[in-house]
Amino acid sequence: MATHNLKHALFCAIVTVVIAYPILGLNLVAQGTEIGLEGATPSTIISIFLAAGIVFFFQLFRDSIMGNLGKLPKLNPLSGREPMPAEKRAKVEAWVLTGIIVLALFWPFVVSRGAVDLATLVLIYIMLALGLNVVVGLAGLLDLGYVAFYAVGAYTFALLYHYFGFTFWMALPVGALLAATFGMVLGFPVLRLRGDYLAIVTLGFGEIIRILLNNWTAVTGGPNGIGGIPDPTLFGMEFGRRVKEEGNTSFHETFGIAYSGEHKVIFLYLIALVLAVITALVIRRLMRMPVGRAWEALREDEIAARSLGLSRTAVKLSAFTIGAFFAGFAGTVFASKQGFISPESFVFLESAIILAIVVLGGMGSQIGVILAAIAVTILPELAREFSDFRMLVFGAAMVLMMVWRPQGLMPMRRIPIALNRQE
Amino acid sequence: MQDLLYFSQQLVNGLTIGSTYALIAIGYTMVYGIIGMINFAHGEIYMIGAYTALIAITGLATLGVAWLPVILLVALICAVIVSSSMGWAVERVAYRPVRGRHRLIPLISAIGMSIFLQNYVHLAQGSRNIGFPALIDGGFRFGAPESFQLSLSYMQITIFITTLICMTLLSLFISRSRIGRACRAVSQDLGMANLLGIDTNRIISATFVIGASLAAVAGLLLGMYYGSVDPLFGFIAGLKAFTAAVLGGIGSIPGAMLGGLILGVSESMTSGYLSGEYKDVVSFSLLILILLFKPTGLLGKPEVEKI
Repeated sequence: MATHNLKHALFCAIVTVVIAYPILGLNLVAQGTEIGLEGATPSTIISIFLAAGIVFFFQLFRDSIMGNLGKLPKLNPLSGREPMPAEKRAKVEAWVLTGIIVLALFWPFVVSRGAVDLATLVLIYIMLALGLNVVVGLAGLLDLGYVAFYAVGAYTFALLYHYFGFTFWMALPVGALLAATFGMVLGFPVLRLRGDYLAIVTLGFGEIIRILLNNWTAVTGGPNGIGGIPDPTLFGMEFGRRVKEEGNTSFHETFGIAYSGEHKVIFLYLIALVLAVITALVIRRLMRMPVGRAWEALREDEIAARSLGLSRTAVKLSAFTIGAFFAGFAGTVFASKQGFISPESFVFLESAIILAIVVLGGMGSQIGVILAAIAVTILPELAREFSDFRMLVFGAAMVLMMVWRPQGLMPMRRIPIALNRQE
Repeated sequence: MQDLLYFSQQLVNGLTIGSTYALIAIGYTMVYGIIGMINFAHGEIYMIGAYTALIAITGLATLGVAWLPVILLVALICAVIVSSSMGWAVERVAYRPVRGRHRLIPLISAIGMSIFLQNYVHLAQGSRNIGFPALIDGGFRFGAPESFQLSLSYMQITIFITTLICMTLLSLFISRSRIGRACRAVSQDLGMANLLGIDTNRIISATFVIGASLAAVAGLLLGMYYGSVDPLFGFIAGLKAFTAAVLGGIGSIPGAMLGGLILGVSESMTSGYLSGEYKDVVSFSLLILILLFKPTGLLGKPEVEKI
């Protein structure tokens, strides 16, 4: 047994060096038209061999390490505690949520403009993640092309403004409905497919949409994108220094206050906040309704659910359409916030980030997903010097979560319904 | 005559690309055939193969080795060793612990792995695309010099021959060797093979290693053919190869070869007769259409769902 372990450990250590050394230790550098090879810094080389050493000792003593890990005292002191009764829990949750929303309402008035801008982005991601949560977390349909619906929402607003002069408020429902229509049209044929095929088909669909946006230069401006997308207005009041469109008044003149660029940013933030809250509440409601229970039933056991009379197509299609609808919402807000959109913003990586948020937060769990969206968007901003490592960490986190905690950081809890006996 | 030459040129280009797609597709199809998961990180393994080959070629150039066969052979061996170790490690770290869980969990793990590997190479080697030296120059030309000429480069011939050799070796390996026989047994019934004393973990690892080696060969060939590599190089190629595997019937090795060739030809016909920008649209549409109307592919066996 010992020699077997030694051989295995040695093999693992060698593999570690083989996969790390050529890529990390030998860097290709351009020298004029030629390319040359440069050794990495000694610290990199040392860390490669250190990593190999760690792998070696871990594999060598794996059995005893794993054995001892099981015997460790529980680190979480709360783990043995009884869960709160459902009623009390619901009350606490409601209070916490109300508190967060009130805080979020007053928050932009005390912090800097950059922070509000970032918070708007966080809210857009919350909307996207909540929408994808319906598709992936509740209905169990892995959608890798979710960003396509986001793009449909954003481009709907941009194009409708560009060609027909639509305002934000006119474009918002149109964008969301159009994205939902896309979801339905795509969903109808593909939802018959099994889980992993569905994932690949949606991935292909997302790429097709992006390539079309990139190459249909006459309409979408191709890689140059569309600029000059207007900000939302408040009952016809604009937030710019001067009124752009005839018939509108400007916000600061109506209220007789001095012009400030912050008004616009805060207003956009508040719109995003309201839309995010609406998204969360609607989906929360849907989860308790028969359709929400049907999503979960079909996710858990398709054959059993179908034999109980659920229509597979209708249930899956509703999840897909609703998810796409909220992506369209988020897309419209995004277009308005950026003022400029191009296919660059809708690459597969964006879908992967949204999926990572859902997976990290806990598939199906709304609070988990919201917290994960906040963390995933804000952490790279806080640690800017590590921003290059952001995607590396995402990838690793996705793998580790699947291996150790596939239910996510804050797993979903089923919302119980108590039926009282009728007298 | 002109039209015929133009058509044959597209056919040659398509078959060249298609045969490399087939090499990558084998990795998808073998893994899917055995454990029923889509190895999403396979495209990245192929990209790492291309990078390693380039590093080896540059290293040899620095050392002053100029004899072409040695350069190619060393690059090939390095790429195969690094890629197959990577394939082995990826299976060990990301797929084995989640094997047998719900279908989506290994897939998400694989997507995470793919993002991780892309950024690993991106951080280590930079995000720019790096020029790959054209080691095999020249070729044949057919047709009158003043009009359209059909060109068949030595590089294309090398790709055909290498692919042919790899495919033959793989077929022999699968049909004749002990591990090959075990592979077939495991893909038919994993549990039963295990009961009959086959070390299934070992066979699954072997599958990943074989797939990764073929992807590394493809990485070297396509790197030289396209003339550059970058960290995102594997993503689209991986998707295309997956399309090829599905087209031919996933799980079937001859299917992957056939699917690769059909996909390559249909792509080059699109670029030749319509527009190069839409060739990806055509292959993804093809993927969607096959999955919708014939999910078992051309040579695949229909899958019966057991309750």
